[in-house]
Amino acid sequence: MDYLTLLQVLDSTVRLATPLLLACLAGLFSERAGIFDIGLEGKMLMAAFFSAAVASVTGSVWLGLLAGIASSMVLSGIHGLASITFRGNQLISGVAINFLAAGLTVLIAQHWFSQGGRTPSLMGGGRFTDITLPFADALSGVPILGPTYAELISGHSILVYVAFACVPLTWWMLYRTRFGLRLRAVGEAPEAVDTAGVSVIGLRYAAVAICGLLCGIAGAYLATGLQAGFVKDMTAGRGYIALAALIFAKWRPWYALSACLLFGLLQAVALRYQNIDLGGFIIPVQVMDALPYILTVVILAGFVGKAIPPRAGGEPYVKER
Amino acid sequence: MDKMPAWADAFLVPLISLILAALLSALVILAIGESPTEALKLMVEGALMRSAGWGYTLYYATNFIFTGLAVSVAFHARMFNIGGEGQATLGGLGVALVCLYLPWPHWSLALIGASLGAAAFGALWALIPAWLQAKRGSHIVITTIMFNFIAAALLNYVLVNLLKPAGAMDPASATFPDATHLPTFQQMFSTADNPLFRGAPANISFFLALIACVAVWLLIWRTRLGYEIRALGHSESAARYAGISPVRIIVIAMLISGGLSGLMAVNTTMGESERLLMNATEGAGFIGIAVALMGRNHPFGVLLAALLFGFLYQGGAELALWTSIPRELIVVIQALVILFTGALDNMVRMPLERLFLLLRRTPKGPAE
Repeated sequence: MDYLTLLQVLDSTVRLATPLLLACLAGLFSERAGIFDIGLEGKMLMAAFFSAAVASVTGSVWLGLLAGIASSMVLSGIHGLASITFRGNQLISGVAINFLAAGLTVLIAQHWFSQGGRTPSLMGGGRFTDITLPFADALSGVPILGPTYAELISGHSILVYVAFACVPLTWWMLYRTRFGLRLRAVGEAPEAVDTAGVSVIGLRYAAVAICGLLCGIAGAYLATGLQAGFVKDMTAGRGYIALAALIFAKWRPWYALSACLLFGLLQAVALRYQNIDLGGFIIPVQVMDALPYILTVVILAGFVGKAIPPRAGGEPYVKER
Repeated sequence: MDKMPAWADAFLVPLISLILAALLSALVILAIGESPTEALKLMVEGALMRSAGWGYTLYYATNFIFTGLAVSVAFHARMFNIGGEGQATLGGLGVALVCLYLPWPHWSLALIGASLGAAAFGALWALIPAWLQAKRGSHIVITTIMFNFIAAALLNYVLVNLLKPAGAMDPASATFPDATHLPTFQQMFSTADNPLFRGAPANISFFLALIACVAVWLLIWRTRLGYEIRALGHSESAARYAGISPVRIIVIAMLISGGLSGLMAVNTTMGESERLLMNATEGAGFIGIAVALMGRNHPFGVLLAALLFGFLYQGGAELALWTSIPRELIVVIQALVILFTGALDNMVRMPLERLFLLLRRTPKGPAE
């Protein structure tokens, strides 16, 4: 494998890791506040459809992005209503949201566009175009560094850079602001937050809203950045991989970045090579598909570093009387 | 003491939730420019007015009974088994191996063998998540989700690399031998001058599902093990104090749950396709969640809910055939049912409780 091939694999790793990363950080905000969210998949799918649909009708990808975020946040609102206000089962609510998105997207797509549950292909201003960073062309002659800069770092859509910027931003918000401290506290000991006179319900709704926002960007990237338009079930389990990455990262932002890059790399390799031949021993492509999930189970089992979720996760908060 | 009488809890709450879900579904149909009454009429005609329609409805219902029972057995132990999909996938593999590699003289023996194979493989797929939950505290929801994906990859590998007959294009196993073909309803109930269930996939495994309903009812409410499962579900600390081992009960309850999910494959793989296909489960594992929630985890409730979803599935297929409403409408209805009967349960329950309290407080008439 020559250097250019390696760069191409890494380049597609970055592209494929982006939606995972955004969804993973979305889950991180929600779960750190004590709201389990297995509805990441559904929110991404909903956002993917609405961003592609609005972008194809208006021709503006930015309006599409807004629509995607809005639709994802509506689903977040339903999740919040069920799991915060009505103290329902957060897991069941997440399952319902995934189905709601899977069904509604196709239903509305068929009604609006009549193309078998997909949107028309996006062209021109309907897509996020790749950005060439300054000096990419000038430096491309420099050995090793030049192609790396031009291929790997430069030439992605704006949302990729947004996703990567979200990692330090999330870290800063969670660990260096008052809001972040309270958010983490509400996932560990909501009664303590309540005693301090801070609204548990308000904080949890805020966390769920941020989750919706990030899932919205993730979905919009899928439909308008990574691909050109919405197709049925286009998230293809990415929400669950993001969930796996979140556990793999033990609910921490920088670890989330490395977990998503790892899972992105697995996807990129599985996409490029079908079966990998390691000197007579063949790794079937299915192993690459299953590896994120297997790794997550191993981590969950606690054989390699235990993953301990936020203590109040999944528990609706009931004020004591 | 109770805020609500038992009948209201068991029937009124799910009924109101269901009506809410139905109203919203009607709104969805209106929103995409179709008439809800016309749609309902088409669905009823397609699913219930002809025996062939019933044949499909009962075929789907058979799947949902198995997966619904699976979810509800786990729910009784306060486990959320979201891995029915993976367990049913593995169950299919069990059925295929039993049917393909063992010589069966008659379908009745093959049915027993395949059921054992399906249940064993399904239970095995639930064993690792169960053990991890019981021993290591790994959240069963996450591990069973992961195992769904691992099962899909495993089946993909087995079909493409091992079971696919040489030269075949589609990833599917060879067709099972004739001796293992299960009698369909058409063969069982049709007479020469009165053909019934023509072409429908419903088969004898429907009765297997009914037996499973009775068996689960006996298990949960009439055996010591069932008592232990329910005790653990109500309170782990109390169960532990009573000398019940949570590890043992969690593992056993999940094995039963996985086995029931696996049994679904007898209906799809052995009864219908008669060979192992890539995506034979078609999401039935997830519908089990809706069925269990709606059936309030009681086998009789599961049976009714499974019939309703069987009707929705067949009716949805009819809609997709005759109108421009895609099949995904059913997924939306399913989501709304899960949302209202599962997650938003308190939204219906809280006002009802208040209503009943209010009724109780009002002074009784002079006759008393």
